[in-house]
Amino acid sequence: MIIDQEISQRIDALRTHLPTEQALLLPLLHEMQAKAGWISREAMAEAAQFLKIPLARVVEVATFYTMYNKAPIGKKHLQICTNVTCFLRGSDHLLACLEKRLGIHCGETTADGQYTLSEVECLAACGTAPVMQVNDDYHENLDESSLEGLMNRLDQELKNG
Amino acid sequence: MAEKLLTRYNDTPGSHTLNFYRSVNGYQALEKALGMTADAVIDEVKKSNLRGRGGAGFPTGMKWSFMPKAPVDANGVAKPKYLVCNADEGEPGTFKDRLLLTQHPHMLIEGMIIAGHAIGASRGYIYVRGEFVRETQRLEAAVAEARAAGYLGSQVMGRPWSFDICVYRGAGAYICGEETALLNSLEGKRGEPRLKPPFPAQVGAFGMPTCVNNVETFCAVPTIITDGAAKFAAIGTERSGGTRLFCVSGHIEKPGVYELPINITLRDLIAHCGGVRGGRKLKAVIPGGASAPMLSAEEIDVAMDFDSLAKAGTMAGSGGVIVIDETACIVEVAARLLKFYEHESCGQCSQCREGSHWLARMFQRIEEGGGTDADLDMIAGICSNMAGQTICAFADAVTGPALSSVRKFRAEFEAHVRQGCCPLKPADYVPSAHIKHHASARL
Repeated sequence: MIIDQEISQRIDALRTHLPTEQALLLPLLHEMQAKAGWISREAMAEAAQFLKIPLARVVEVATFYTMYNKAPIGKKHLQICTNVTCFLRGSDHLLACLEKRLGIHCGETTADGQYTLSEVECLAACGTAPVMQVNDDYHENLDESSLEGLMNRLDQELKNG
Repeated sequence: MAEKLLTRYNDTPGSHTLNFYRSVNGYQALEKALGMTADAVIDEVKKSNLRGRGGAGFPTGMKWSFMPKAPVDANGVAKPKYLVCNADEGEPGTFKDRLLLTQHPHMLIEGMIIAGHAIGASRGYIYVRGEFVRETQRLEAAVAEARAAGYLGSQVMGRPWSFDICVYRGAGAYICGEETALLNSLEGKRGEPRLKPPFPAQVGAFGMPTCVNNVETFCAVPTIITDGAAKFAAIGTERSGGTRLFCVSGHIEKPGVYELPINITLRDLIAHCGGVRGGRKLKAVIPGGASAPMLSAEEIDVAMDFDSLAKAGTMAGSGGVIVIDETACIVEVAARLLKFYEHESCGQCSQCREGSHWLARMFQRIEEGGGTDADLDMIAGICSNMAGQTICAFADAVTGPALSSVRKFRAEFEAHVRQGCCPLKPADYVPSAHIKHHASARL
């Protein structure tokens, strides 16, 4: 079970603002993913039961939105923007650097489960392109050397647990 | 240059706090607005010529006046009215909402409360794109501050009017920037646009009359109320008042958000941002976010207001100005944009779902040297079967970069077809792996 008392309380607090149970689905899936890392079929069933809505409603929503991970991901989720401005400012090269450094292709997770590398669409930070989101944080104005520095810091964080 | 109305206190430490906002006359516009009738507030906003900053440029005061005064359901029971802020910033090239949410959240909240008063709403929702985790946290903190100070809650500033704001996070879908898709998403559903009519003013969030405005639009409201509509209207054109937050990115010397009169010319805007990066030659500009048709370097003596850009065959859109210099391959830029649309089409309408995939593949094939002359003509045919044929304007948006790139840079496309490769790439160029398997490379 992923939904614990804490999640349940936070969702309850939203009930005063949102008039339907279905409307609680996006916040609930965010909470569940924050705890479990991804949204499995079992998690979808749990969400459906919690909100007393059909499972199909949960599945169609979870699969519509890209931020809900439908497969397990690494501890650090590298999400590099390759949309037009980031592309004009060199994101393809940065992506190639990451693929080389991690030994994986875009869309894959390292064998040790530490990193997942994803390509994402515009993160709305084009003024500081190229941009990569790592878990919840944006890293902006990246170039090859600052990316290397960032990756070294992330390696260290993972090593320190 | 005209004074800044929204971003005067950019980069001032603590600009996001209630204390700071109050120290620069924050919430005084609300005090003033609450002393006016709802109609008087709407009138003032109409006179200011404020037009929606999200993309469509619809007159804000008029939109507010479309809200029914005292809606009732079939049993004669009064219906609540809702106000929604579209903070699902996602149009490639646009990054002003992020700045406003991060640095001036109280300006947004004050603008929303004033709008809530004008349309008689009982609740406001701010729909923030899911990736903005830190921005959401800051916004939620500001909403809590405003609530604790009595600006939100069961008695707004001691008056017999209840209005509160709920911050709602999206989960990664460009289409949710379309207002009816946003409403579906706010209801916890797939973000698929709704057929209009009924318009949100009749049937909006949770079936209730709803008014949706962009972050920047709400942020302009306090200054209109405080300093008067005339002052706001005096900046800009006859039909479009105020300053605009231009987001300038790409091959530009000083990228960033610039608050300037809405009728500045594109040439002056580029010069204001330090010119093209490294003194290179300009090739093209996308003037209003990815969906706006491209302008060539010869077309930049155009004013940036809604009407002037529409007359020039493109659009002011979201204010995202993407500068492209001579080193870029237009075919590759267009292919990249179409890949984005391919990924983001919600799939509801077949013309858009199939058309966006078809175009993305065709442009990528041309970029890689596998295109034919027939392809170039077929692009227009595909686009004519998409624009205006679908539930929402997404399909029209796809045709913006597709048609304008071929029309204005046809010689570049033809060179790809003739030479069987991208003329701007070295002969041994191999597209990076992620492009080859991009369709399956996303989680």
